[in-house]
Amino acid sequence: MTKKQRKVLIRIIISAVLVVVFSLISVENQYLRLAMFLIPYLIIGYDILKKAVYGIFNGQVFDENFLMALATVGAIILGEYVEGTAVMLFYQIGELFQSYAVGKSRRNISALMDIRPDYANIEQDGQLEQVDPDDVEIGSTIVVQPGEKIPIDGIVVSGSSTLNTSALTGESLPREVYKGDEVISGCVNLSGLLYIETTREFGESTVSKILDLVENSSMKKSKSENFITRFAKYYTPAVCIGALALAVLPPLVNLLLGNPAEWSQWVIRALTTLVISCPCALVISIPLSFFGGIGGASSKGVLVKGANYLEALSETKYVVCDKTGTLTKGVFEVTHLESAEGIAEEELLEMAAYAESYSNHPISRSLKEAYHKKTGRQIDASRVTNVEEISGHGVSAVVDGRNVSAGNVKFMEKLKISYMLPQKTGTEVHVAIDGKYAGYILISDLVKPTAKAAIAGLKAAGIKQVIMLTGDARNVAEAVAAEIGVDVVKSELLPADKVAEVEHLLAAKSDRERLAFVGDGINDAPVLSRADLGIAMGALGSDAAIEAADIVLMDDDPIKIATAMNISRKTLRIVHQNIVFALVVKFSCLGLGAVGFVNMWWAIFADVGVMIIAVLNATRTLKS
Amino acid sequence: MKKTYKIEVDCAACAAKMEDAAKKTAGVKDATVAFMPQKMKVEFDEGADVASVMAEVLKNCKKVESDCEIFLS
Repeated sequence: MTKKQRKVLIRIIISAVLVVVFSLISVENQYLRLAMFLIPYLIIGYDILKKAVYGIFNGQVFDENFLMALATVGAIILGEYVEGTAVMLFYQIGELFQSYAVGKSRRNISALMDIRPDYANIEQDGQLEQVDPDDVEIGSTIVVQPGEKIPIDGIVVSGSSTLNTSALTGESLPREVYKGDEVISGCVNLSGLLYIETTREFGESTVSKILDLVENSSMKKSKSENFITRFAKYYTPAVCIGALALAVLPPLVNLLLGNPAEWSQWVIRALTTLVISCPCALVISIPLSFFGGIGGASSKGVLVKGANYLEALSETKYVVCDKTGTLTKGVFEVTHLESAEGIAEEELLEMAAYAESYSNHPISRSLKEAYHKKTGRQIDASRVTNVEEISGHGVSAVVDGRNVSAGNVKFMEKLKISYMLPQKTGTEVHVAIDGKYAGYILISDLVKPTAKAAIAGLKAAGIKQVIMLTGDARNVAEAVAAEIGVDVVKSELLPADKVAEVEHLLAAKSDRERLAFVGDGINDAPVLSRADLGIAMGALGSDAAIEAADIVLMDDDPIKIATAMNISRKTLRIVHQNIVFALVVKFSCLGLGAVGFVNMWWAIFADVGVMIIAVLNATRTLKS
Repeated sequence: MKKTYKIEVDCAACAAKMEDAAKKTAGVKDATVAFMPQKMKVEFDEGADVASVMAEVLKNCKKVESDCEIFLS
C-alpha cells in the first residue's frame, strides 16, 4: 500500500468505528446528534467535498465527487445521518480497493515485462566495472556474467554459453551461443562468461525497442475505452439532471393534483439514484482489462502495440498467411530419394551433389548437406570437371569421368531421356548418368511442426477462413496447404500480387470482420501495413517488421497466432461482461430506485459492489 | 516534437479529464494520457517552448483534478 492509501485506510477505520459507536448511543437532541455524526462524515468525506466545490469553480460540475457530495449532504439534511455517512464511507472503501487492485495488477504486469537491464559490465585494467548501458558506445566490448541480462545487442567475441530467451519470446528452451554469434539484449546468460562487442547503442537495442513499444501500447485506446469515456461524459450530467427531475417533478405533480407533496420521500429516491449511477465500475475496469490482456500476451512472447489492435484481433475472421518462413521453415531439405534400377540411392545423391557442387543455390546447398549427412564425407572438388549450367534447366558436369546431368523435367526432355514421375510433391531434381536415367531427388521446404496445430487453433478460435499466399509453384503450395489444413491457397504470386490479393479479400469481406496478415517481416512490409491487422513473426532483431506490424510474435512459432487470438478474445469477453453486468445492475437499480424499491444500502452495493466485482473480473485477463 | 512524462493520477476518469485539459492547452498539438502505465504523451506545436507549455499543462490539469501530478524532469 502506498502512503496515500494507508492514510485513507486509517480514515476509514476511525470513521467506521465512530459511526457504529454513535448509532448505538441514543441522543434526544437533533442538533447534538447532527454534530456528532458530522465528525465521522467530515473525517471520511472532507476531500470529496473539497474536490466537488473545487470542481464547480473549474467548470467540472457533474463528476463523481459532485454526485457523492450531493447525495450525502442531501441525506444529512433530511436527517438520515447514518446513511449519509455510510454512503461516503463505502464510497471511500470502494475507491481504496480500486486503487489497491489497480496498483497491484500494474506492478504484476510491470514485473512480467521487467526485462530492462540496469547496467553493463566493462572490463578496465582487469577489473569489471558497472556502467550505465546508455553510456556504452557502439563497438565497445561488454562482459556478461552467468545470471546477468545481456544489456545491449552485439556479437560474441569470446566465450560460449546458453541463453534464456523466455523474457523475450516466451520460449523456455535455452539457446546456445558461440563465438561469432549475434546475441540480442534482454536474454539472460545462463552458464558461461561472454564477451560481447556491441553493434548498437542501448537506445536502439532490442530490449529498449520492446519496452518502448509495450509502454506506448496503452496510449492507443480501444473502441470500448473511447466509448466508455464518451459515455461517462454524457452519462453523469444526464443522471444528475434526471435525479433533480425526480426530486422536484413528482412532488409538484402531487401538489397540482391536490395530494400531499411528499418532498422528503422523492428527494431520498433522487439521492439514491445518484449513488447508484456512479460510472466508476466501467471507467476503471475496461482499461484495466486491456492492460492485463496486453501484459499477459507479452509474457507469452506476443507484443501487441495497442489496445485497439487487441480489440481488432478479437474481431478477426480471416487470416492470410505467407507460406515460406511463416508456416514452413524456409529451409530446403532433401525429403525423398528415388533411384532407377541398378543405381544405389547413395550413388544418386553423390552424383547429384557433385554435379551441383559449384552452385550456391539453396537447392545445391541442400543436396550437399544431405550428402554430408548421409555419408559423413565432404565434397572433393577435384573430382568434378567441365561444369556447365543450362539456365532454366539444370547443370551438367563430368564427375569421376562420368557425364552427369541434373535438373528439372524440361532438362530430361531436352536430353531425350525418359524419367519417372514423382508421387510426392516438392522441387524435383532428375539425374542422368552417361545418358541413362538414374532417378530423382525431392527437395522441399519443411512445414513447421506446429503449423497444423496453429491452423486448427485458429479455426477453434472462430476464424472463418485461413488463406495462404505464396510465390511457390502450385503443386508444392497445394501439398503444403492440404497437409496443414489451410482453406484457400494462392500460388505463384509476385510480391506485388500479394498486396492485390489482400486488397481483393479486404473488399470482399463485411465491414465488421477483420483481416489479419501474418508474415515473417521479410519483403512483406507493404502487405503487413495494408491488412487490417499486421502480424509479424520471428521478429527478434528485425526492425522493419517491428515497425510495420501491429502485433509482433517474438519467435517464429505459428501456434503463437492462435495464442494471441485466444488472449484477445478472452480480454474482449471480460470487457463485454463488465459493460453488460455494470449497466444491467445499474439500470435495474435505477429503475427500482426511482419507484422506491431500492434503499440507500442497495444503492451502495450497486455502486461499490459492482465496481469491486468488475475490477476482480478484469484482473482475470492477466492469467491465461 | 513528442515527449512522454510520468504522471500520478488516481482514477481512469481523472486521467481522461487530464487528457482533455492537456489537449486544450495552447502549444499542445495532441496529448494522450494512459492511466495504467501512468504516463502522459504530449505532442507540441512547432516551435513551442516545452518548459512553459508543460507548466501550463500542469496548471490546467490541476484545475480539473486537484491531486494529480506530472513529473516534469
